[in-house]
Order: sequence, then C-alpha cells, then structure tokens
Amino acid sequence: MAALLPRLPKRIRLTPSSPTHWICRTCQQRRAFTPSSTSPQTQQQPPRPNQDEARTTHFGYETISETLKASRVGAVFSSVASNYDTMNDLMSLGIHRIWKDNFVRGLNPGIQGERKEGQRILDIAGGTGDIAQRMLDHATLVNDDKRTHVTISDINPEMLAEGRKRFGNSPYKLAKRVDFLEANAEDLSAIESASIDLYTVAFGIRNFTHKDIALREAFRVLKPGGVFACLEFTPQLSNPVLNGIYKRWSFGAIPLIGQVVAGDRDSYQYLVESIERFPSQGEFRDMIREAGFLIPGRNGIDEEGGRMGMGKGWEDLSLGIAAIHKGVKPV
Amino acid sequence: MRATTPSSLTRLLALPSPLRVRTFSVLSRPPPNYPGHIPLTIPERLSLAAGSAIGSLFNPYRHDLIASLGETTAKPYFLSRLHRAMLNNPTGRRILRDRPRITSKSMKLEELRHMPENSVGRAYAAWLDREGVTPDTRDAVRYIDDPEEAYVMQRYRETHDFTHAITGLPVIIEGELAVKAFEFANTLLPMTALSLVAIVRLKKVERQRFFEVYMPWALRNGLKAEEVINVYWEEELETDVEVLRARLGIEKPPDLRDIRKALREQKRKEREAKEAAG
Repeated sequence: MAALLPRLPKRIRLTPSSPTHWICRTCQQRRAFTPSSTSPQTQQQPPRPNQDEARTTHFGYETISETLKASRVGAVFSSVASNYDTMNDLMSLGIHRIWKDNFVRGLNPGIQGERKEGQRILDIAGGTGDIAQRMLDHATLVNDDKRTHVTISDINPEMLAEGRKRFGNSPYKLAKRVDFLEANAEDLSAIESASIDLYTVAFGIRNFTHKDIALREAFRVLKPGGVFACLEFTPQLSNPVLNGIYKRWSFGAIPLIGQVVAGDRDSYQYLVESIERFPSQGEFRDMIREAGFLIPGRNGIDEEGGRMGMGKGWEDLSLGIAAIHKGVKPV
Repeated sequence: MRATTPSSLTRLLALPSPLRVRTFSVLSRPPPNYPGHIPLTIPERLSLAAGSAIGSLFNPYRHDLIASLGETTAKPYFLSRLHRAMLNNPTGRRILRDRPRITSKSMKLEELRHMPENSVGRAYAAWLDREGVTPDTRDAVRYIDDPEEAYVMQRYRETHDFTHAITGLPVIIEGELAVKAFEFANTLLPMTALSLVAIVRLKKVERQRFFEVYMPWALRNGLKAEEVINVYWEEELETDVEVLRARLGIEKPPDLRDIRKALREQKRKEREAKEAAG
C-alpha cells in the first residue's frame, strides 16, 4: 500500500520539488507565495542520502534510508500530537489507561520514609505526559513521597508541547517536580551518566531508528541498580483466532478512525504497520540483555530464561496485545 | 503480507468487475491501481461513509471528510453515470484524454486577474479574492477503484470553485448549500444531496431564504443546464461569463452577499431608529 507520489495528509505534505523533504502546510503555503521559491535557481535541493550510507530500515511496511526515518516519524507524531490522547482512547477502547496504570503500579515509583534525595525518573518518548502524571501521582499519593522528580523527554516538540499543556501550572510543575527535555533517545548527552533511578518508555521504542543504541543510552544514564521498563505493543498475539480479530481491527478500524477523527489515515496506517515490525517479546528481551541489563522475572517460568540463569523478562497484557519488559542495571 | 489465495478465489477474481465479489480482507489488500489508491472492503466503505457524514455535519470545515463521503457514496452507480456523461460529450472525452489538473500552479492568480473584464478567468480570480480563498490543491481521491473514475471525481472536486465563480455564490454555508443543490441536480452525486442535511445548521431567516429562492434556482438550473463536468475550464478562461452561462443554460442567482448586506443595513437602521425614539 502507500503512495509512491506525494500524498496530502491534513497538516503536512511533501514539497513538490523533493519527495523526501517534509514541511508543514503553513510553511508550504508561505513558500509558494515568496518570490525565491518560484525561481528554479534558488529552489532547495532535497536532502539526498549519501551514497555510502545506503543502510535502510523499515518505516511501517516501507523501506527507507535510515537517515530519513527520524524525520518521517517526526512528521507522523507532529500530525497526531493534538488528538493523541483522544485517538488512544478510541483505538484501544480506553484500555490503554488500564495498561498504563498497571505499568506504573508495577513499578511502584516513590520511596517511603525519609530520604535525602528524591527518586529521579526519566520518561522517554513521554511527550504528552500521561506516564509522568501517573508516576508523580503514585509516588505522592501512594508512597507519600513528595520529592520524586520526572524528566519527560521526547524528540518531537509538538508532543512535548502537549505535555507542557497537561502540566500547565499544576502543583507538580510549581514544585519543580517535572521537567521537559527535547532529545533523541539515541543521544541523551544532556543527561549525566548514572543519574537516573527509573527509565521508562511507553509506546515509543518501536519508532526509534536504532533501538539498540537507545538501550545502550538507557544503560548509561541509569544508576547501578536502576530499572529500565518498557511498555510496548507486541507484533502477534499467541492465540491465532484472537490474533486474526485483533489484526483486522488494527488494519481496518484504526486507520479509519484516524481518517474520521484526526483527518490522517496515513499516520495511523504507519502506527499499525510499525507494530508488525517490532521484535517479539523474547527477541526484545534478548536485545535488553545485550545492552547489559539483568533480566528479572521468575526463573523456571520461561524455560529459556531459566536455562540462561535469568528471568522471563516480560509480562503480557490483554492477552498479549501489549507487553511490559523490564531490565535492571547490575550493581 | 498474506500468503496465496486458494484457487476458487482466484477464479472468482478473474471474473469481470460487476460479477466479482470483493474477496480481499484488510490484511491482504490488492495492490493500488493508482498512486494513493486504497482499496476498501464493504464494511470499511460503509463505516467511512457513516463516519464522514456525521463528522462533516458536526464540523463542516473538515473538507477531507466531505471528500471521503463523496468517494464512498459515489459507487456503484452515480460516478459511473457521470463518467458516461463525460464520455458522451466530445469536450468531456477530451478532458478524459488530457486529464488536466487544477492546482495553484496551473491557475496563476496574477495572470487571471489581468484577463479581460467579465471573463471566466477574471471572475474566478475576483471570486477567490472576494472570498479570501486560494485555488488550494484539493484532497486527492483515494477510495475509488477505477483510475479513470477517480479522475472524474478529482475533476468534479477541482471544478467546484468554478461553479462558485460563474454563479457568484459565496463560500458561506448558505452559498455552499446552494452550489451543492445545483451540483446534485447537475451531477447526481449522492454526497451533494447528503450535504444538504446541513440545512439544519442554517438560521431561520437563512433557511427560509434558501427554500424560497436558492433551492428552486439550484434545482431548476441544475436540471436544465448542460453537464458542468464537461466544461473545459482551462480553455474557457477568456470566455465571457454571460456567454458561458447562456451556453450552459444557467441563470445568475440573486447575489447572496448583497442580500445579506442589505438585510444587515436594514436591521441596523431599525435598531438606530428604535434607540433614537426610545
């Protein structure tokens, strides 16, 4: 599927001169009326991928050059940012809230009792702030810990803007317990090594160009004993009948809801295709292990895990639609 | 994506289009017939039609929903009828052969503004300026399977503004409904009739005016006029508007903006008189 020629999603479009250079609709209209854009000499050259850097990666079912993936994902999320939470509710019929609550409750952020320093949490690809909000609420209300701090990081400024809107002038913002950082998860140089207690990424890692680099950055920024936790969709359900129904919902209803509610079928088509491309639970657990993490979980439940001296490493949610993977940085 | 289809299905697929039943699922869509094409299954088409109808009623600025409503309701009969109407006319046939597209590049406003007084091009540019819109690229057709019928739909969409220009109807909801009523009588596309449901959004005075003046004008003229889809607009830019209207058989409707302005003036005078007296 997918167009080979420029398509016209609601807010963004490909410029006519360069099929790989994305700009937003306002910028394109502005350019169309300035004199420089109409003269052929000053027309911008499209950013051509280097000949020697011919490495490709997947963008949904499309294959594109690695250098372009981040900007194409960026375009998708800039487009979906304003309806992100509404669309999540419609696509998962509200179940995403239960997943996120379960995720946060399982991590139990916040430390009871007196401490000199508060816990530092880093929420990656957490633009709209729903995980960060839950973390702070849980720490404050359940563990009575008013010093936990969350840094919300996202590569996309529009998503981060939604997060800033959510926190507005809330008590957490005023108490300086929440921070916003625009960064690529593959390059967290703004964050010191061994400074984070808990690194979380919910429904973000499947969009990264290089998951292994992101995992290594996670390893670097975590303190020894720190926890890496990832909530993500799985590519297949274990039950084939349920998988058939689930896939038909994903590929039929979700792009349709995207078209009707958000006016953007293609972004939602990308989202469901990117789920297909994500590694399975066991494969992803192995990637986490390769980054240097210890894999928790009950030995013996997963035979392979038990044999390798590590735990299962993940738990399935909702019959395997999503999974929570965890890793611990060795002390 | 999915594996091979069984042979009985393959034989079904080999039948000609009217006899063939849709045998694909959302997991194994057939390859696109033109760039941007998305083949839809019947439940998808029905859901999209229903969703677009409700969505565009609540938010008439969602032009993409109006577009998808048009595409999902135009088949099986109506778009084919319009296509045949084009094929029955020599100019229509030329348009289908040339496949011209109306974009902000092909319709340069600067040139159009300097065209002879009262020409179609000048009227078009004047109308765009008056209403504050651009010959913006319209949404591309995606849900029609046949490439030529998809072009017919695209052409209808792109020439909608020309219909506005030669009738002089404004972009406000009343004007749009009048144009849609005219297009329904002229092209028979279901979306144009369905969009008349937006009459519920009109104020009482506007609704009365619509039923008294504009709807009768639209239906009368849409039926007796030539098929507007067959007008080669790119060649008619220098034609005199009156001549074109006479050729097509369209009367000019009363100027809606003038009527509304006169009404506003009248109300303002009445209010001032009341304030002066009371």
